[in-house]
Amino acid sequence: MIEPADLSERALRRSLSHLDALESESVFIMREVAAEFERPVLLFSGGKDSIVLLRIAEKAFRPARFPFPVMHIDTGHNFPEVLDFRDRRVAELGERLIVASVQESIDKGRVAEELGNPSRNRLQTTTLLDAILEHRFDAVFGGARRDEETARAKERVFSLRDEFGQWEPKAQRPELWNLFNGRLRRGQHMRVFPISNWTEMDVWQYIQREGVEVPSIYFAHERPVFRRDSMWLSTSVFLPNGPDEAVESMVVRYRTVGDMTCTGAVNSTAATVAEIIAEVAAARITERGATRADDAFSETSMEDRKREGYF
Amino acid sequence: MDLLRFSTAGSVDDGKSTLIGRLLFDSKGIFEDQLAAIEQTSRRRGYSQVDLALLTDGLRAEREQGITIDVAYRYFATPKRKFIIADTPGHVQYTRNMVTGASTADLAIVLVDARKGVLEQSRRHAFIASLLGIPHLVVAVNKMDLVGYDETVYDAIQQEFADWASRLDVHDIAFIPISALHGDNVVQRSLAMPWYQGPSLLYHLEHVYIGSDRNLIDVRFPVQWVVRPQTDAHHDYRGYAGQVAAGVFKKGDEVVVLPSGHRTRIKRLETMDGEVETAMPPLSVTMLLEDELDISRGDMICRPHNQPAVTQDFEAMVCWMADAPLRAGGRYSLKHTTRSVKAVVDDLRYRMDVNTLHRDEAASELGLNEIGRVRIRTSTPLLLDKYELSRTTGGFILIDETTFDTVGAGMVVRAGPPQEVPEPEEAEAEVAA
Ligand SMILES: Nc1nc2c(ncn2[C@@H]2O[C@H](COP(=O)(O)OP(=O)(O)O)[C@@H](O)[C@H]2O)c(=O)[nH]1
Repeated sequence: MIEPADLSERALRRSLSHLDALESESVFIMREVAAEFERPVLLFSGGKDSIVLLRIAEKAFRPARFPFPVMHIDTGHNFPEVLDFRDRRVAELGERLIVASVQESIDKGRVAEELGNPSRNRLQTTTLLDAILEHRFDAVFGGARRDEETARAKERVFSLRDEFGQWEPKAQRPELWNLFNGRLRRGQHMRVFPISNWTEMDVWQYIQREGVEVPSIYFAHERPVFRRDSMWLSTSVFLPNGPDEAVESMVVRYRTVGDMTCTGAVNSTAATVAEIIAEVAAARITERGATRADDAFSETSMEDRKREGYF
Repeated sequence: MDLLRFSTAGSVDDGKSTLIGRLLFDSKGIFEDQLAAIEQTSRRRGYSQVDLALLTDGLRAEREQGITIDVAYRYFATPKRKFIIADTPGHVQYTRNMVTGASTADLAIVLVDARKGVLEQSRRHAFIASLLGIPHLVVAVNKMDLVGYDETVYDAIQQEFADWASRLDVHDIAFIPISALHGDNVVQRSLAMPWYQGPSLLYHLEHVYIGSDRNLIDVRFPVQWVVRPQTDAHHDYRGYAGQVAAGVFKKGDEVVVLPSGHRTRIKRLETMDGEVETAMPPLSVTMLLEDELDISRGDMICRPHNQPAVTQDFEAMVCWMADAPLRAGGRYSLKHTTRSVKAVVDDLRYRMDVNTLHRDEAASELGLNEIGRVRIRTSTPLLLDKYELSRTTGGFILIDETTFDTVGAGMVVRAGPPQEVPEPEEAEAEVAA
């Protein structure tokens, strides 16, 4: 028999680890959304952050099914390894996958590709908003983290968007304790970021602890790449190298998973999650700085895109 | 490794950004590309040195006006702890942002400029920390280099601040003389101040004991979500999911479900990873009970001999966060734990001057950023504790019924008498003075 006094003594000493505390907070956020919204959806890109989101959803709702579907905004410029992974992971979980296609938005004339800009990053916003409207989603889970970027550092966990998906940084609702205000007016929806308080390091430590699979491109592999905008980009049908851009075969890995056309590879020999963690610990450049061509443009480019409805 | 959440408040130019920049930089929380970007911006604007404030001031309006207007969250870790900083602006017109940042903090750093001493705003920051129930306060007396690292300057500030803090509900207060710019006593102990025997700021943050801050006595579990798989494998499964607000739950415990008052026992405590023997804050857990009861979101599971008040009538300190003022008669939605109800403000007891703690009982409204004590009545009962007992079961927000904005943050100071142990009048919690 354990005496209550005894128990709380032990309890006092055994505080939760930082990963347990973060996980618990994220689970709480997901359950709040499930309880307070009619039609949530979880955005899954196949990247490490949304892999963590899926894991958190399992923690929040098992042994039942997720009370929402999973949606991928497919730019059509994906790494094939990531698409394979996406389908395998969703099948394993037995959950419903919706694919919203940027190519379809282009074909329907909803958006046009910019001349000379192979990135479909901005175009995703229209596809996402159309899908939100079509499925009448009122809450959209995303895997954004506040440590990624300074505009995100100020965004709420429950981020209110108008019918154009726009974020209004000056009109954010105060967010106190764990009391989230999910009230919506007609046409509005909520973007919800359950892992707001996680860092890149937390994400990798959690992936290691949970033993969940990640797409193979996160690990070192040999790949033909060329240099553009001071990044190593992969050659592909979507992004041919220019005449003066020499293709080399290099051992690289990806720190983020995005469009093939604008996600840069980093030189790395990290072949396991443990080696990635060691690399992240030693990294002196942010993951966005290292791997995203679109963020480097201006100090406020993320804020601009968020105002336009981007994640 | 555990997690420490702290907030920072300081007035413009006290050196808050410099301090945070140094903590982040010395602990590798700043990356080279971020540093290069702000170096470039600083040069372009013709600053003589790198402006570390650019690191935390993320929004365009802030960059343009050169002030911090919202809460920004920053992250760093040392081998000892992971830290979450809620970086909040210090000016009185941003009291609500300070309150927001303070609501989840374990510790608050209040910055004082050694040349200026304890100003009105330093007192306000300490008051807000105590109002929001932050268990640990650190007064960082900054810019010691500009007063010749003089012990008497520091002593006078410490004395004055401690006198003020004795009127507040702060239990642990540490004073540290620093120079954020030169790094004295930030990460390393300073050689310039041999008279100071205490730890550096970072050492203090790494070692301050937060294990006993959690309330492990008053057992509270707000039901958040009912897990009902309705599959063959889990045909009769009915789990009550939520995050433990306070206290320790054990398998086999007798519990009472509020507001119904039905009693039962805990059959199982589980997470996706399996069964757990005990659950305590802030664990998210699923509870299975011996008896089939009608339990839904917004109910609370507690122990029979220690229950929150079940009441429609209570008093609270409220920080007002909207342009349109709070007045007696105002109607709002109120969210408390996982329960949302309608509420009416019966009475504004007084407005508090956050700088002097003077109570203005003649006040007829609370404007933006003002704090006062109100009496509130709700449409259906709430399961309330005093805020000082538990932040989760004593805190609430008010939501405007037309704009749906969050307009008020409330902390319960009188929750009506608990059901079994009647409480003497004088035990009523007073937040300040
Ligand atoms: N001499 C000295 N100057 C400091 C110190 N800390 C900050 N400063 C300077 O004070 C000014 C305001 O600092 P800043 O960090 O921007 O203040 P904030 O407005 O509180 O964020 C800047 O010029 C800093 O370089 C210090 O410890 N000593």
